[in-house]
Amino acid sequence: MKDLTAHWYPVARSDDLPPRHVFHGLLLGRELALWRADDGYVNVWENRCLHRGVRLTLGHNEGRELRCQYHGWRYANRSAGCTYIPAHPADAPARTICNVTFPMVERYGFVWTGEAPHGEPPAIASLDTGDPFGLRSVPANVEPQVVLDALASYHFVPSSAVPHAGHARSDQASITVSNRGDSWIELTSTHLDGASGDASSTIVFFVQPVDSARSVLRGVLSRSPEPGFALTVLRDHATRLNRFRDALESDARKRPAQEPMVARIGQVSLELSTMPEPSVDGRVGGLASVVVARKREVGEGIASFEFTPVEGRLPTFQPGAHIDVHLPNGLIRQYSLVNGPGEQDRYVIGVKLEPASRGGSSCLHELVREGDVLAISEPRNNFPLRRDSFRTLLIAGGIGVTPLLSMAQALQVSSLDFALHYFAQSPEHVAFPDILEMLGDRLTLHLGLSPVETGSTLRSLLASPGEGENVYICGPGPMLDAARAAAAAAGWPDPAVHFEYFKNTRHLDTSTTFEVELARSALTLTVPEGSSIMEVLRDNGVVVPSSCEQGACGTCVVPVLSGQPDHQDVYLNDSERTAGDRMAICVSRSLTPRLVLDI
Amino acid sequence: MLVDPVVLHEWHPLSALDEVAPGRLHRTLLLGQAISYSRDLDGGPVVWVSELDPSGLVGFAAGAEIDPTTVTDALPTRVKFGYLWTTLGRPDHEIFDIPECDETDRRILNGGSLMVSVSAPRAVENFLDMGHFPYVHTGLLGIEPRTEVVEYTVETTDAQVLAKGCKFYQPVAAASAAGGQVTDYTYRVPHPYCVMLYKSVHADPSRMDVIALFNQPMTEERIRAHNFLAMVDDVSTDNTLRHFQQLIFGQDKTILESQFPKRLPLDPRAETPIRADKSAIHYRRWLSSKGLTYGVIPAA
Repeated sequence: MKDLTAHWYPVARSDDLPPRHVFHGLLLGRELALWRADDGYVNVWENRCLHRGVRLTLGHNEGRELRCQYHGWRYANRSAGCTYIPAHPADAPARTICNVTFPMVERYGFVWTGEAPHGEPPAIASLDTGDPFGLRSVPANVEPQVVLDALASYHFVPSSAVPHAGHARSDQASITVSNRGDSWIELTSTHLDGASGDASSTIVFFVQPVDSARSVLRGVLSRSPEPGFALTVLRDHATRLNRFRDALESDARKRPAQEPMVARIGQVSLELSTMPEPSVDGRVGGLASVVVARKREVGEGIASFEFTPVEGRLPTFQPGAHIDVHLPNGLIRQYSLVNGPGEQDRYVIGVKLEPASRGGSSCLHELVREGDVLAISEPRNNFPLRRDSFRTLLIAGGIGVTPLLSMAQALQVSSLDFALHYFAQSPEHVAFPDILEMLGDRLTLHLGLSPVETGSTLRSLLASPGEGENVYICGPGPMLDAARAAAAAAGWPDPAVHFEYFKNTRHLDTSTTFEVELARSALTLTVPEGSSIMEVLRDNGVVVPSSCEQGACGTCVVPVLSGQPDHQDVYLNDSERTAGDRMAICVSRSLTPRLVLDI
Repeated sequence: MLVDPVVLHEWHPLSALDEVAPGRLHRTLLLGQAISYSRDLDGGPVVWVSELDPSGLVGFAAGAEIDPTTVTDALPTRVKFGYLWTTLGRPDHEIFDIPECDETDRRILNGGSLMVSVSAPRAVENFLDMGHFPYVHTGLLGIEPRTEVVEYTVETTDAQVLAKGCKFYQPVAAASAAGGQVTDYTYRVPHPYCVMLYKSVHADPSRMDVIALFNQPMTEERIRAHNFLAMVDDVSTDNTLRHFQQLIFGQDKTILESQFPKRLPLDPRAETPIRADKSAIHYRRWLSSKGLTYGVIPAA
């Protein structure tokens, strides 16, 4: 018996997938949820949310993400990765939570997929060169192979000979099987009444195996009927196909019932229950190669880079996420993704040329060109966006706008209330004007303000924290410090104030010596003057994920079981510092002779 | 499917007693077995396996007038919480208690029985779940953007799973609710297929409403869900309380019938739990530890 899982089959007509619809497909005993995103991409997913098994066809196609109806989990266009879990609005979901997807090709007016199909869907010369015209798809409670075999005797006349408007025509036509494949058959009808002008028509029928004894016949005429005759031809075939189907079903009922197919339900990935292997240097694992598909200037001294995958798919990101970019000169730099939700075909970053560049921004600006291949890390989100706010205030300074642009697009797509305040030197320094334009009156620009004016504007923006309001701030250090001070003075609760520094400009004091005990690894190590906890751990073979390694990004934050951390990072907020139960081990040290870490 | 000993030697609900007409024949399914029941003229319940219909009743349809005293092989019965319970096995224990039912001012109410095409454990797990309130019971038990499930604690003993300290913002928490409130919940699973909750609704913070779901396993993948109410509410009519409960459960039914597989998978890698699902994780482990197999897909 042939392996049905290795073949491509049509499971929907392209026009079954209008905007914002979720279509229920069936193939080999498996239910599928098909939806077309606003960018035109057709997603073919198993019809089952990995959280609690609820059908995704109950969900909402929000254009860029599919939202499950049971708990509101959001899954990204293309990757099917989970981007948001409403029950835990402050957390970034593990990026490995991903629904089961199947490959997809649109061809001849159908959406094709398969369990694990080889190659491509069938290429059929008559459809490639003609002007294909889809017939009504006809479901039949008949075994797929029986349908396919029987189709050789489907009788029809050429489109030009279909009776119409009282013009009776002879039903005499000779049918030949002009071509056939594993799951399709091509028939050509030639009218025996020589008076017809166009005396032959070709139909290709594809048979979609829904289950062991259920099929869908999907027919395509190789040429559209003459103008004005489309409906007549459709009706003629609908009548013939219904008769054909009824006869087959009548026979099928006389045969013993077949066991239905059972689609294998996979397990969720082990990654969800175990930590992924970190790379050797501890930076976030899972490096991917990407091509610089596009490089363009998006503001004075600001270049944007679009990365597309060399192979496979880009991992799912969430608003606020950053990636490590491994540069040709050996440096590793962190950049926030600017992408809106569901834009999984590429990653976009914005890079400002720093006058005092230490080789990161200058390398990207001057050396990296379109077509270059770079290594990037998987996205890491230490700046997650809550979507349970009554209102969200986004405050950007300069190039700090990048993560906030991603957040703004996510909030806008979900029709959530927000405002973006963007502080920049001049109109020329405003980055990504194309994205900003989409934000309409949600955007307020503050241009060319002095530090004093910036301070007073921040104070007025943050003057009255609303109930259920959250603020996200990203920008240069002094502006961030000012904004945080203004928020604290106005009575914003610490957990409602979210911030991300570009870099840690504090003076790092590495003069102390202390012991760290690793509770889970049962290891005690001495951290000498001049070395960081992370370096000592790494020297002893203990690898903790890290990214910026200067206390700004939060990737290396670990739980503290006892001892008092000497916080030197700019990631944790004041309440988190005071609590002392977490610390960034790339820069922070100990105020007590001994620290116990939960690693 | 063979019925496992845990489920076999357990009491299961068949019907609210006030819906069993004396002298009339009622038919249902329990654990795949056709079951008949009735009440004699004194109101006493009689339950028997339909294959053992007295010869005078063979072929009678539900609703027929019968004389239940002709039944010779009756199954054990209990009447508790206003429901008729029976068993196909030999339970070594009585039905669990709900002490609040003894409070004289409680409104004890049969909230309606609905057939649902799902396993009993899926229905229990949905009852334990708060995260779906804003999406399934929109505008009643939850509303966006207030979607957060805060941390709560779960204690499991051999006898029950107990989830405490649960809180959720609700626009209309109950038929009697005047406006939105953060509702306190305690959940309790005292029986593999029965689940109940305590919830704070009204002016008296020392009292909690009790709502329970007694699931009758008709087959592994089909239930009758009996909604039981023991409310502190001296305003709403019985019908108002029932309508509210049936509105809520009707919303759940759509979701429950869209879950695949219908049986509850106990393999930890079958589905993706989050912290909000702590009570469900405990419930699944508790079922596993009992060795229960009916209505679940046991872990390999």
